[in-house]
Formats: sequence, C-alpha cells, structure tokens
Amino acid sequence: MPNMDPQKTPMPSQEPCVRNTNFEEVALGYTPEMAVNEAKRCLNCKNKPCVSACPVCVDIPAFIQQVAQENFDAAYEVLSRSTALPAVCGRVCPQESQCEGKCVRGIKGESVGIGRLERFVADWHREHSASETVIPPSNGHRVAVIGAGPSGLTCAGDLARLGYQVTIYEALHVAGGVLSYGIPEFRLPKRIVAQEIDGLRKLGVKIECNIVIGKTLTVDELFEMGYEALFIGSGAGLPRFMGIPGESLKGVYSANEYLTRINLMKAYQPGSATPIKRSEKVAVVGGGNVAMDAARCAKRMGAKEVYIVYRRGMQELPARHEEVEHAQEEGIIFKTLCNPIEVLGDENGNVCGMRCVEMELGEPDSSGRRRPIVKEGSEFVLEVDTMIMSIGTSPNPLIRNTTPGLETNRHGCIVVQNEDGLTSREGVYAGGDAVTGAATVILAMGAGKNAARAIDEYLQGK
Amino acid sequence: MFEILKKEALNPTVVRMTISAPLIARKAEPGQFVILRARENSERIPLTVADFNREAGTVTIIYQIVGAGTMELNTLQEGDSLHDLVGPLGVATHTDGMKKVCIVGGGVGCAIAYPVAKKLHELGAEVHSVVGFRNQELVILEDEFRSVSNELRLMTDDGSYGQKGLVTAALEELIQQGNQYDEVIAIGPLVMMKFVCQVTKKYGVKTIVSMNPIMIDGTGMCGGCRLTVGGETKFACVDGPDFDGHLVDFDEALARGGMYREFEAHAREAACSLLKKEVE
Repeated sequence: MPNMDPQKTPMPSQEPCVRNTNFEEVALGYTPEMAVNEAKRCLNCKNKPCVSACPVCVDIPAFIQQVAQENFDAAYEVLSRSTALPAVCGRVCPQESQCEGKCVRGIKGESVGIGRLERFVADWHREHSASETVIPPSNGHRVAVIGAGPSGLTCAGDLARLGYQVTIYEALHVAGGVLSYGIPEFRLPKRIVAQEIDGLRKLGVKIECNIVIGKTLTVDELFEMGYEALFIGSGAGLPRFMGIPGESLKGVYSANEYLTRINLMKAYQPGSATPIKRSEKVAVVGGGNVAMDAARCAKRMGAKEVYIVYRRGMQELPARHEEVEHAQEEGIIFKTLCNPIEVLGDENGNVCGMRCVEMELGEPDSSGRRRPIVKEGSEFVLEVDTMIMSIGTSPNPLIRNTTPGLETNRHGCIVVQNEDGLTSREGVYAGGDAVTGAATVILAMGAGKNAARAIDEYLQGK
Repeated sequence: MFEILKKEALNPTVVRMTISAPLIARKAEPGQFVILRARENSERIPLTVADFNREAGTVTIIYQIVGAGTMELNTLQEGDSLHDLVGPLGVATHTDGMKKVCIVGGGVGCAIAYPVAKKLHELGAEVHSVVGFRNQELVILEDEFRSVSNELRLMTDDGSYGQKGLVTAALEELIQQGNQYDEVIAIGPLVMMKFVCQVTKKYGVKTIVSMNPIMIDGTGMCGGCRLTVGGETKFACVDGPDFDGHLVDFDEALARGGMYREFEAHAREAACSLLKKEVE
C-alpha cells in the first residue's frame, strides 16, 4: 500500500543557529527507514510526468520502487544509467521546478521527495557498496572534453560507458568546475564531488588538470593529437559588475572570487594560506542561487549582518525557494526592491557603505518579470564593509578567440545548432554555461548528456 | 611533472628556477605568465615567464622572496617538483613592427622585462634598456640585458653601482637626447610604472606597462585582477597583463594591491618562524 501522507518525510538538518557558524553540510540526509517510508509515497504512475521534467531523464519511478523494496543497490543501478553524478544532483538540482514540480502527489499535498531519495541512494551506495566498476571494452575512438564541470563530467561519463577513450582538460588544479570552486561545502561537500569524479576515473576517464584550452592547447591541436570529437563545457566566465562608482574599492568582490577563495582555496579552514576579508557587515548584490551561497558563506565566515540586496521583490528572486528559506533561517536579511547606485569608501580605499535607491515594480518587461523602477527621493546609505557582486557572468573569450570557425553570438556564447550541442565546427559540440550563459548544474548535465549521445552517433556514422 | 631542473640565487632575495614544462614551453611568449602552486595546499602564485626553451621543454621563473607563498616556494630544491603549474596565460607583449624601443625595468620586474628586450633584439629592433635597483647587491641580469641592448643604463638608488638615480631620470635623459621610441615598455613596481608614464606622457611616447594585480584562477573567472583602464573595467589575466600605461588608473591599482597587506604580514611572520624551526 502506498504511504498516503500528504507531507514529505522530513529530512533532518542542522539547526539554523548552529549551522550558520560552521561549514558542515546543512541537510543530513534520510536514514534507510525514512527513505523507504518516503519511497512508498510514490504512486508509480504509468505516464511518469516526473521523468519528462528531468533534464537527464532518470527513470524516477523505477529507482524509487527499488528503494521502497529496500533494494538500494538496484536503485543505484537505475540512477547510474542516466546520471554520472547522483549525489550531486540529489543535493543541488532545482527539483521543485523539474521532477517534483510534475509529481502527481504534488497536486494535493507535497510531491514525493525525489531529490532526497536520489541523494539517499547515492550516499548509501558510496558508503556501503563495494561493487567493482566494470570498465566497458574500448571502441578505439578518442574524444576530448574541455572543462571538468557538470556538463563535461556528464558527457565524459556517458561516452566512457559507451567505450570511448575520454580525456577531460581542466584549467584549474582540481576537477569539478563550479561544484568545486562555487557551490559551498555546506551545500555540497567536496569529498562527495571528489568521490563522484573518482567514479569517472574508475570508468577509464582521464582528467588532465592545469591545462587551459585556448592557451596551453587549442581546439585544432586537440584534433591533431588524434581526438575525433570534442565537447566544450568551459563554463560561464567573466564576472559582471554594475558599472557604478566605487566598484574597485577594497572589499568589493565578485561572487566568483569570494566563493573561489572560500571553497576552492579553502579560506574557511583555520590556517589556510588564502587571504579573505574578515567582514562585519556584508551586502550581496543579486538574487540568484550564487548570491544565496555567497551570503550564507559570509555569515559562516563570521559577518554579523549579511544582506541580500535585490532590485525586484521576494516573489521575483531567481534563487530556489529552498535556498532563500535556508538563508532566511540563518539570519540573512533580505533588502529587496533596493538597488545600489554607488559604493562608498573611507580614506584608505576600503568599502564603508553603499548608496542605494528603493525600487517599485512597474509593467512586465521582455523577460515577463515586472520592471523595477526607481522610487523618487528614496536614496539612503546602507553601512557595509564588504560588497559581493552576484549579478551574473559573461562568456570567457579564451576558446572563441583561438578557434577559427567557431560561431558565437553577440553575447559571446557558443552557438549550437540544436539540442545535440553541435557547433559550427564539425565534430565540435558544446553545452552548459558556455552556450547558455549562467544556468544550473542539471541543465549543464543535460546538455553534456545530449552531446554525448550526438557524439556517439556522429562517430559511429563516420 | 614540473620538475625543478635548476635553482639559483640571483641576489639575496631573488631566485631563478628552470622548470620542466614542455606544453607551456611550446607556447610561451614574452609578457605571458604562469600560475603555480608549490605544494598541495599552497596559494596560487602568478609569475611572469622569465624565459623559455622550446627544444628543452623548460620555462624559467624568477621570483622575489617577499611573502609566505614565495617563502614556501623557495623551500623546493632542484629535483623537487611544483605541485601545479598552468600556462601560458595572458596576452603576449606586442613586439611586431617595432624599430626602436626603450625597456624600463625596476627591481625584480627586470626578470619580466628581459625576455621582452631579448625578443625585440632578435626581431632586429634597436633596444635601449634602463634598469634600476635599490643598491648593488640587488642587481640582477646585468649581463643578459647588456647582450640584447644597444644601450644600457643601470641605475641604483644609492649610487653603489652604475649611475645614481631613478630610472625615470635616465629615461627622460634618453628622450631629451633625441631618441625617438616607437614604444617605452615599463615593467616594475606600480609606483615606478606610474612615474615612467608621467614622463612619457609629457613627451607623447606610447608606453606599455605590465600589470600584476592579485588574481586567483588567471583564466577570467574570479575577476579579482580587475583594473580600470581608460575608464573601463579590464581583467589583467585575459585582457592583459600589458596595458597602455597612459590609460591605467595606477592609484586604484596601488590601493587594491594593498588589500591583504595585513593578512600577508601575519602569514609572512608565521612562515618565517616555521622555516626558522626547520633550520634549527
């Protein structure tokens, strides 16, 4: 009999006032009993609306049925047919707008906790299973993947499972892309990222760190080296700034820099060699998931007051609802309908405040969201010593500048012909933020997955 | 990987390392930089390529032992390997079509200025070099500069070697003697580059400076290395490190460069006592 409880089985998590002082993971995960109980809420519908909303088409009811029957290894088998990074997806996917958003149980009550179950299965497998990875027989074809972030790792994993010899080239000193440098430890522990990447290595994927494509090697040189197809998943790139006075003062960070110092360069660990400002009052400008990550990091780094400054309203925040809720619980102050117009500095060039204006919402603009308009005479100063700009990125120029014939659009994003990710160059596929501009981990993974299938078709048809 | 093949002290605080890095050596050009990590948990340190040998597959770096990071780097010896090395990053110094150039190097900045001078010399340009140091003990690369320069002015602040005075005085003298330079290329401390630019602006001589702001990834991701050049935000790692010196906001760059001074001082002290212990 299905469990007809209208609510999801709650997942234990650290208390807000405790967790906002440490970098341990916030959500603690289900026990096997909780997982089985939650899995029994799935009605195993025939038409599987959840699967249609998953960018990588995980057979969700199938894995959940295995959980309900306590076959956790079999559940993992189902997951790993579609995703190379289940422990990551279970934690960072916006399930509410994907699988869970389509769940039939969500019509009268809460949807099945698909993300929580995915996370449980991946974690259980990692902790309990000793099953040896079977390396598929090589088909003799070589493919290069540029960037070891979510799209590149997914593409590499899928190709390796089909027997391709895959090498990933990564610019930083560790693999993972945004999973390593961006998403903080308390939301996605780095040991989990490392273990999922290790899983790919066991499949035979080679990862070469410290190689910048467009600098150390070019796309054309990769072909000369014998790769028959390439996937570009180089990520988003240069952080945007607002172009207001004072953005070069000491204490103004891009979210990328702030998060990289803390996550990749481990500034959160005592005794780290990485310098970071010890802030008292921090304003994070922007309302996306990255802004939430930066704000919650700032709080954990010891800031007394942390603001999210966003020019539209609470309803318009682009961040996941869960992230906003977690941030609020942890004491982050939301100053919405507020826009900075100048960063103020003291005599030593340090940030000491931010001049802002209040906003109100007018008619919907081209994005369908209501356009923020400045309220006359609403200027005020918010006292802060640190400002973190989290207003998006523009594409990195290194690959487009060194790859003749690679078409990019006026924003600098790589142009793809269709959802397979084929670019204007034969045998060159692309996906993730390098194509779409800043988006989510799972969309990047979906693009990597589609490209892997297309690369396979291309090379098999050759 | 990245084995240190040769390590030599150029003066009491400046060290030259030749490192095995065939992929980087194949591409490196004067003006570009690498980022290294000495050990697994070290900082990422950006250093300009001081020389390279494509056949031997080596790149050379020259660093001054100034902070915790370079102290740690300096604990590595010949035969050891760097944990990470990535490059070549940044845009190479523009050298095409130059007929007559004045290279101005200050202190350890001469390490970066030298490969540029060498390349211009090889391309057949007339190279004048003005190099400055605080005193005789700190002079580096004198023979190297002499071998690629049609004219060399060696300056020391205290007059203990070469001519007494600042590089700006020697540069101004050369310009006043009627030397018409296509470009002045200035590489050294920010303050030196700022004053070189003030001199050359007066005479309307185009001046290129090599900026070395704080950076992390070096590939255009973190934005920490941003500078204001001609009123626009530029990223030293992908747009530079060379910029038109007459357009760079040096005062802002000077302020930003001091962002972590306090942290660095503590780290340096900690590293000093740690290293002292190792010696004892």
